[in-house]
Amino acid sequence: MNNKKRIVIIGATSAIAEHCARLWLAKQPADLTLVGRDTQRIERVATDLKVRSPQSEIRVVQAEFLDPEAINATVGDIVKSGRVDIVLIAHGSLPEQIECQNDLQSCRDALEINGVSPVLYAEAFAKEMEKPNHGTIALIGSVAGDRGRKSNYVYGAAKGLVTRYAQGLQHRFVGSGVKVVLIKPGPTDTPMTVHLKGKGAKLAPVEGVAKQIIEGVEAGKPVIYTPGKWWLIMMVIRHLPAFVFNKMNI
Amino acid sequence: MKPVTSWGRLSANPHHVVGLNDPSRVKALVCHGANSGVAHGMGRSYGDVCLNPEGTLWVTTGLDHFIAFDDSTGRLVCEAGVLLRDIQRQVIPRGWILPVTPGTQLVTVGGAIANDVHGKNHHVLGSFGDHVQNLTLVRTDGEIIQCGPHERPDWFAATVGGLGLTGVITQAEIQLRRVAGPWLDTETVPYANLDEFFQLADDSEADWEHTVSWIDCITGGGGRGLFMRGNPVNVGDRPTPQGRKLTMPMVPPVSLVNRLSLRPFNMAYYHLKKWQAGRAITHYEPFFYPLDNLLEWNRMYGPKGFFQYQSVVPREIGQDAVQAMLKEIALSGDGSFLAVLKTFGNRQPVGMLSFPQPGVTLALDFPNHGERTHKLFERLDAIVREAKGRIYLAKDARMPRELFEASYPRLAEFKKYRDPGISSGLSRRLMGS
Repeated sequence: MNNKKRIVIIGATSAIAEHCARLWLAKQPADLTLVGRDTQRIERVATDLKVRSPQSEIRVVQAEFLDPEAINATVGDIVKSGRVDIVLIAHGSLPEQIECQNDLQSCRDALEINGVSPVLYAEAFAKEMEKPNHGTIALIGSVAGDRGRKSNYVYGAAKGLVTRYAQGLQHRFVGSGVKVVLIKPGPTDTPMTVHLKGKGAKLAPVEGVAKQIIEGVEAGKPVIYTPGKWWLIMMVIRHLPAFVFNKMNI
Repeated sequence: MKPVTSWGRLSANPHHVVGLNDPSRVKALVCHGANSGVAHGMGRSYGDVCLNPEGTLWVTTGLDHFIAFDDSTGRLVCEAGVLLRDIQRQVIPRGWILPVTPGTQLVTVGGAIANDVHGKNHHVLGSFGDHVQNLTLVRTDGEIIQCGPHERPDWFAATVGGLGLTGVITQAEIQLRRVAGPWLDTETVPYANLDEFFQLADDSEADWEHTVSWIDCITGGGGRGLFMRGNPVNVGDRPTPQGRKLTMPMVPPVSLVNRLSLRPFNMAYYHLKKWQAGRAITHYEPFFYPLDNLLEWNRMYGPKGFFQYQSVVPREIGQDAVQAMLKEIALSGDGSFLAVLKTFGNRQPVGMLSFPQPGVTLALDFPNHGERTHKLFERLDAIVREAKGRIYLAKDARMPRELFEASYPRLAEFKKYRDPGISSGLSRRLMGS
């Protein structure tokens, strides 16, 4: 055993998660487990992190994202090799709304990968963290989960599921050693959104988003809007009466 | 299609933007386009070298992963979208540093190679390409070329300074240099005229690794300035200055750099700095990259954008040529605030289209006033042409083709290595395709 912080990242190839990992390791060497579907892509992330932090221990786990049995086994294996301090559940994919409307298969895939899968992972870790009464579960939701909008309500519904789930989990662990953090990033400048640039979309730099996430996780904040202004924007959007909201083209 | 601007903000033409985020997919993405494309990193070049109006831009900033670093030899292998800033922050605490960096560290490795950028230590260490040991080039016909100074050196010479036109650079191996820490022993010396500048430059070359100067081309008769020199120094641990990042919040309706503001700007800057002149221990970030803490400073030139005019002229007639250029600028009434004068070392660059050549380089910025600005450039071109100098392609948005052809003698040789599926605004303007 060593005294390095044990951090697990599910969906480690997501740009936000990867930048969180870079910042965590820049602060101090850690024992990091990267979980993802595509081995080649996780290896690329692991190699990069190894160069950035040679003293860190970095492990790569190839995993299934939708099968409950497989998720249980993956989480069980991870926990067997040492107590987990932080798990960041970051996987997901931004679907084209129109595709979800035209094709139920795409619609279901989007709901599963962005909503059901993160919840299954969180639930599996919750069970493992309850026994030692220690650990932080950080889930990446989205501002899109705060109110359904015509431009991305399928993705929003999945993230809304994560929001409700995180609320319940926080309630379950209140006053215990397990903390649950829900992160709601606004539109972020990542390789996945490069095509939105210049479209008038204001994208937040991913380094700044990652910095707020690791600070919020450290502080054990229940909800992190990042950049912070989204707290106010979404507060307004959530409370707009339907007759105003429905006229908006958002 | 999305509007894309380069650093000079002179145009915002529509581009088809494609992110190259995964090295294993680069080949598939660059091969399949019917449309010609060009690699685009941070978009820090000033003119049209990183643009491809109506065509495709392959954005490389997602290729931002390190691949290997050997602490004992200082060899770094990384993807081409890694920022020089991230390399410096990673390796300096471990006793290594990038041997050559330009005046901003917010550029990618691929961009630094494609423009063969130089820094304040050109007289000691040459340009960026001199330190690249190997690079990977993906061509739009699917061929992947590994080249370096000892492996397919012709491809290497075409690609270093090759403006991204020989293929897409996806990965590079760079030899870093030992350094004791992030600090420099620096000195600022005011000079009253060009004679003094050249004297200072000659006197400093042997003992100072970094030399550069800010020249006041408006007040004080034109030709006075501040000579800055520095050497890496071992002063142990000191607290890193927390540079406050400011962002130019908006594009002002007119250029803040204008005939009214330049005189007081320059006067104040010269006297303030003259007053603070002398020796100091300086952190590398403010010394090498003075403008990086003012994010989006290019906005201060207003909605029409600005030009950079950077030329190099041979040393023998350098003083006369620089004097003549300063005179033209004074006559025009337009001036430049970010005016930089520096001597280059006596060495030939690696790349066929690399900019540095032995001599003295003058970099000037001008707000875009249309015709009036172009007229001034024509007069400056005449001086550069006469002096057998050349203009830096990374900064250019307007040089006439004939001047380009006359001043880059290895152009014909270079063209054989071009990738037919790659084209940029600059390549169409200066090479016809």
